[in-house]
Amino acid sequence: MSAPPGVCPDGSRQRVTRAEYCVIACAEAWRGDGEVLASPMGPIPSIGARLARLTFSPDLLLTDGEAMLVGPDGTPEGWLPYRQHLALVTGGRRHVMMGASQLDRFGNQNISCVGDWERPARQLLGVRGGPVNTVNNPVSYWVPGHSTRVFVEKVDLVGGVGYDSAAAAGPTATRFHRIPRVVSNLGVFDFATPDRSMRLASLHPGVTVEEVAAATGFGLTVPDDVPCTREPSASELAAIREVLDPRGLRDREVKG
Amino acid sequence: MGDKTMTADEAVARLGSGMTVGIGGWGSRRKPMALVRALLRSPVTDLTVVSYGGPDVGMLAAAGRIRKLVAPFVTLDSVPLEPHYRAARESGSLDLMEIDEAMFMWGLRAAAVRLPFLPVRAGIGSDVMRVNPELRTVTSPYEDAETGVHETFAAMPALRLDAALVHVNRADRAGNGRYLGPDPYFDDLFCEAAGAAYVSCERIVDTAELTKAAPPQTLLLKRLHVTGVVEAPGGAHFTSCAPDHDRDEGFQRFYASTPWPEFAGRFLAGDEPAYRAAVRTWHEEGR
Repeated sequence: MSAPPGVCPDGSRQRVTRAEYCVIACAEAWRGDGEVLASPMGPIPSIGARLARLTFSPDLLLTDGEAMLVGPDGTPEGWLPYRQHLALVTGGRRHVMMGASQLDRFGNQNISCVGDWERPARQLLGVRGGPVNTVNNPVSYWVPGHSTRVFVEKVDLVGGVGYDSAAAAGPTATRFHRIPRVVSNLGVFDFATPDRSMRLASLHPGVTVEEVAAATGFGLTVPDDVPCTREPSASELAAIREVLDPRGLRDREVKG
Repeated sequence: MGDKTMTADEAVARLGSGMTVGIGGWGSRRKPMALVRALLRSPVTDLTVVSYGGPDVGMLAAAGRIRKLVAPFVTLDSVPLEPHYRAARESGSLDLMEIDEAMFMWGLRAAAVRLPFLPVRAGIGSDVMRVNPELRTVTSPYEDAETGVHETFAAMPALRLDAALVHVNRADRAGNGRYLGPDPYFDDLFCEAAGAAYVSCERIVDTAELTKAAPPQTLLLKRLHVTGVVEAPGGAHFTSCAPDHDRDEGFQRFYASTPWPEFAGRFLAGDEPAYRAAVRTWHEEGR
């Protein structure tokens, strides 16, 4: 299939929605992870993690959002209260996909506050588990509304540690630090560049490079040929629509 | 075994202004809200509050009782941002020690095992180290077998508490406590880290009934860590206390969207029975 430069062919064959491409892009984060805990935060990452578990990453473990480990249909298989969860993080057998109110060029993440920490213009959640997650197990990010307010030159507070902050802090921070991917409603991003700054890895069909650049508050590395986020298979689409998200939570999180 | 039962007001009367008080639960889950409401009725203020924060922090902040907060987050879970905590932070009215969820746990653990600190990887590389300039690091005396490096960690200081407030499902009169929900949270650790621990519960039962048919690992609190036991049915309201009651989502939304003076005037002016009656009336009006 050919498409104009910078534009991906529309997945009109099965009328795949943008939210469904996002589910696929999130699910792909856990491909090849083996027998680890997948910790998705937010509706689309949760659908993605369960899709991965149901299909190409069957050894993944999932939680019910409380203290139980459950299969994709919700059947309990184990117990993971917060005290064990926080310990498991430090053992590294986990890949979390966190949200981000701000995310910068090197993958520093902020969900704590906007503005000066001493007296913030907007108080948000707090650092939560960002500091412990990022220096102990792989951390990917999910941003349902890609904009220059989220993708900023520099975050106001480093909660989740980015590549530059980890490097500056030394081997304690870099040893287990990895940000496999960032998924937004526009595309997929990684840090596969010489200086570990953010790179456009794929565009969701229908999105242009210009659209992404305009919604990003820093200079993104854009390869000459940007691939499209892959198409869902027919069976994946059926699983998303009929099994994992029959109520359509995904379409409320990402429109179009 | 001594009888440690007391009222919520009697428990709170043992607290003093300026104390460091740990509050159990997590976000808007199994918070000792009856004890917090008693605290709001008391003159106790100028507190250092240590909490995986929820409406406990929001209410105490709104009432101006918190001098300093130690927390990794404050949230109502289904309502992500706690409005009164936000207002307090945005007006600069409380000091904050913002630390990571795991650092918080290890700080309580250090206090419980009488160590001045515990080394943690969490915090290194993040602005937690910048916004808490009192945090120190510690270098491992051991060479790492894999890397040959002497790694440097955050030295998470002990979060020693003057008092802990927690809420569980069942307790006996001596202070043995049992949780029935899916997660113990860190309530035992709060009690172990504290000089005095006050435990409210949905129901006080005989010791034999407490332990009968209980999986032994649900017996979370040991009486040697517990100072006072308060029977407070619905004592976690409006936060969740599975399986006794779910979170009162409608009421939580009302709390989050109502100006504090109006909410406090309507629901918190009287004692605990008056609170429950006011909540009942609110629900009836909504039907």
